[in-house]
Amino acid sequence: MRILTLVKRVPAPGARINITEDSQYVDDKNLGHAVSPHEECGVEAAVQLVEQYGGEATVLSMGGPEAEEQLRVAVSVGISKMVLVPTDGAPKDPQQTAATLVTAIEELEAADGPFHLIIFGNESADQGGFQVGIRIANALGRPMVNGIKGLELPEGQDPASGEGHIIARREVDSGFEVYELPLPACVGVKEGINLPRYPTMKGRLASKKAELTSVDASAEPGGQAQVRLKSPPEKVSETVILGNGPDAAPAIVDLLEELGVM
Amino acid sequence: MSAVLVVIEHDRGHVPESTFEALTSARAIAGGLGVSVHAAVMGDGGDLAAAAVGEYGADVVHHLTSPNLGDYNPEAWGQALAGAVAAESPAVVLASGTDRGNELMAQLAARADLPFVANCVDVAPDVTSMTRSQWGGALLEDATLEADVKLISMAPHTVEASAAPAAGAVSELAVDIDDSLVRSVITDRVVLSEGITLSTAPVVVSGGRAVGSEEAFAPLEELAAELGGKVGCSRAVTNNGWRPHSDQVGQTGTRIAPQIYIATGISGATQHWVGAMGSKNILAINTDPEANMVTKAGWAVIGDLHEVVPAITEEVKKRRA
Ligand SMILES: Cc1cc2nc3c(=O)[nH]c(=O)nc-3n(C[C@H](O)[C@H](O)[C@H](O)COP(=O)(O)OP(=O)(O)OC[C@H]3O[C@@H](n4cnc5c(N)ncnc54)[C@H](O)[C@@H]3O)c2cc1C
Ligand SMILES: Nc1ncnc2c1ncn2[C@@H]1O[C@H](COP(=O)(O)O)[C@@H](O)[C@H]1O
Repeated sequence: MRILTLVKRVPAPGARINITEDSQYVDDKNLGHAVSPHEECGVEAAVQLVEQYGGEATVLSMGGPEAEEQLRVAVSVGISKMVLVPTDGAPKDPQQTAATLVTAIEELEAADGPFHLIIFGNESADQGGFQVGIRIANALGRPMVNGIKGLELPEGQDPASGEGHIIARREVDSGFEVYELPLPACVGVKEGINLPRYPTMKGRLASKKAELTSVDASAEPGGQAQVRLKSPPEKVSETVILGNGPDAAPAIVDLLEELGVM
Repeated sequence: MSAVLVVIEHDRGHVPESTFEALTSARAIAGGLGVSVHAAVMGDGGDLAAAAVGEYGADVVHHLTSPNLGDYNPEAWGQALAGAVAAESPAVVLASGTDRGNELMAQLAARADLPFVANCVDVAPDVTSMTRSQWGGALLEDATLEADVKLISMAPHTVEASAAPAAGAVSELAVDIDDSLVRSVITDRVVLSEGITLSTAPVVVSGGRAVGSEEAFAPLEELAAELGGKVGCSRAVTNNGWRPHSDQVGQTGTRIAPQIYIATGISGATQHWVGAMGSKNILAINTDPEANMVTKAGWAVIGDLHEVVPAITEEVKKRRA
């Protein structure tokens, strides 16, 4: 199988999120960076599918040059190729992001043949537009289901041909819906589909040596524009300390009784 | 027409509360624009769903029909909505920002080549500017929207659903759906849990990294069972493989809204907090009085969770005896 997985570099804040002076992004000077946990699982899903069915997995990110860090992390856990679609790093609206990525994916497919499966995160960790994957799938004329927590090929299907279906399990409140999507297909995966592995020493070395492919693509802005970011109004509540250690148990149970949950 | 068209989400006829919230938001927006509220339903059980929405202010319910509309299918349903938009030219199309609501709006947006603003929490009367949620609700974005038809979803729980009976006249609207779109179809359903879930539990007892192991969750299980609640956890826990991801509270886990959230050994990172902040009351149990979870909670106990949790269970049992 030929698989493409898409990740977006984002800051990883802890107890607080600070905003830059121009109100346009998270102040990430002192922060580490990551991708959405959904996308981390998308990378792991691609690696597992290749382990199981053979083939090759590519990771792609659109963003500033720093996004190379997240691409190399993906390679360190088993992805074989990495592609950067470079931008100035400023946030782009969902239509612009999708259109740019479509151009880039078409260029990659024109060179090396179609991806049988394209894996997105359910939503990006920062902007959370819930749409880039669906827009790309639609532009490429491929089926797409979001919220996927299980992926496998039907038994007996030849994975190398890129023909046939992929079985995708989607999480709903009561359990799973099962979809059978004809290939080539797109899915948006959710954290929980797997437990991402940590890089091995060998993986780390491979990721240092891997070659970064750069694909230039751009598109016009869409109809949605970010004006500013702001922090939500915070409810300031004085914390009532009920006590220290196990001696606090009676006070805790008083509270539970008061709240009517006993 | 020029109405606010509300996408009615339903599972084989059952309409979730979030859709009634969407109808409630739509009434306010339609009022500001001086237009009426319409609804779009489709698929198996669509007639049942159609009957339920007049109660919440839909003047007209468009029942979209096609031989290719059956069980939920994001592509076919998205194409049907695109057909309804082409036929009715609404000013605004609005859904609830649930997984399914956002998925349908994105499918519609892609097919109609329109922008789509997900998870709004506040919308200007003319719908050309809005505030939306980013970072799972930890940040807000002021945005502008320029489009002939304005597609938005409202973040769940932005408003409380309120009834406002309207005509709810159902009219059928035949839509064209290409046979090829029948491909994204549900072939099976696996039912895992009946009864209370993490998102509906009245009590959630959560453990973080400090719990230490899979086995060490047993006392939390016991307390949760005693209180008729569920066990939750942080991402540090699911990452270690101690609990399934379905127990994770947070931005990429479940958003909970219990009567009380008991968070033990959890630092309260923003990505965890956004999943917990809908709780009516929060009790943090932590060795660190400066932990974010402690300073943000209404109630706290400073101490070792391994001692405090069993002591609570014992006290509960004692009072019940
Ligand atoms: C994009 C993104 C999305 C994320 N989504 C989620 C999400 O959905 N849910 C989520 O939970 N996290 C999420 N995270 C991870 C999050 O940032 C934190 O890393 C995580 O929540 C930390 O888990 P924790 O509080 O259990 O661990 P820690 O931060 O290590 O905290 C452990 C706490 O236990 C206390 N402690 C230590 N010993 C004891 C003891 N004996 N008794 C009592 N207390 C003790 C410590 O004082 C500390 O406060 C996400 C991260 C990113 C980047
Ligand atoms: N800049 C980007 N680079 C690569 N993939 C992206 C980018 N933005 C969004 N995506 C993909 O699209 C998914 C949905 O993004 P969003 O619509 O922002 O929620 C993400 O989980 C990624 O897989």
